[in-house]
Amino acid sequence: MARYKLDITKEHCPMTFVKTKVELAKLKQGDLLEVILQAGEPLENVPKSVIEQGDKILETNLIKDNIYTIFIEKN
Amino acid sequence: MIDNKKKISIISFSGDFDKLVAAFTLATGSAAMNYEVNLFFTFWGLYVIKKKKGHDFTGKGMLARTFNFLMGGVNNVPLSRLNFCGISPKLMTALMKKRNVATLNELYKAAHDLGINFYACEMSMHILGLKLDDFDNNIKEVIGVPGFLKYSEGGDRIFI
Repeated sequence: MARYKLDITKEHCPMTFVKTKVELAKLKQGDLLEVILQAGEPLENVPKSVIEQGDKILETNLIKDNIYTIFIEKN
Repeated sequence: MIDNKKKISIISFSGDFDKLVAAFTLATGSAAMNYEVNLFFTFWGLYVIKKKKGHDFTGKGMLARTFNFLMGGVNNVPLSRLNFCGISPKLMTALMKKRNVATLNELYKAAHDLGINFYACEMSMHILGLKLDDFDNNIKEVIGVPGFLKYSEGGDRIFI
């Protein structure tokens, strides 16, 4: 199991969830991806996209004002 | 992976910069939301998938070659309003970069990365004297109306 990190705090729709999906496609089953993202559209759409494709959100944490990290396990 | 994917098929007819951005934004966003996405390029929309990205005498026949030279490729697509002789798309791209919004080229690359199906319209290619070799290598197939109906069946169809 490998761990990867993706910062999409500067991205806007649709590249927030597009970049997450493209990154996840490179991973192997069981790998972890930490995504750093803003509240609002990214926090709403990225988990939705991840769940739609069958991957798993392990946890979501607020790290500072309006900035979150989500941990995704590749299925 | 969830089976029975939802499907969206977009007819990219307009060769306008802003409408292409809309088509590619919708296409990439849908693919990232696990939709199967078909992009069918017809008429002016074909110029965005040309291999030669600038003005080039592509095609068969003098009239078609002149026409294709004047139209250019993805680097020459005009804004539908306030084009100002082609300056506006460049200004708009600079503004998109400044605001951290994906540019047309970035969306185009993302569409490939997401495995979106690209189809080219056989009839428009015939009129414009273009052949498959004149287009991006990722064009899946050259199709007509029956092909489009077949691949888009059971999903949403959108004309841009």
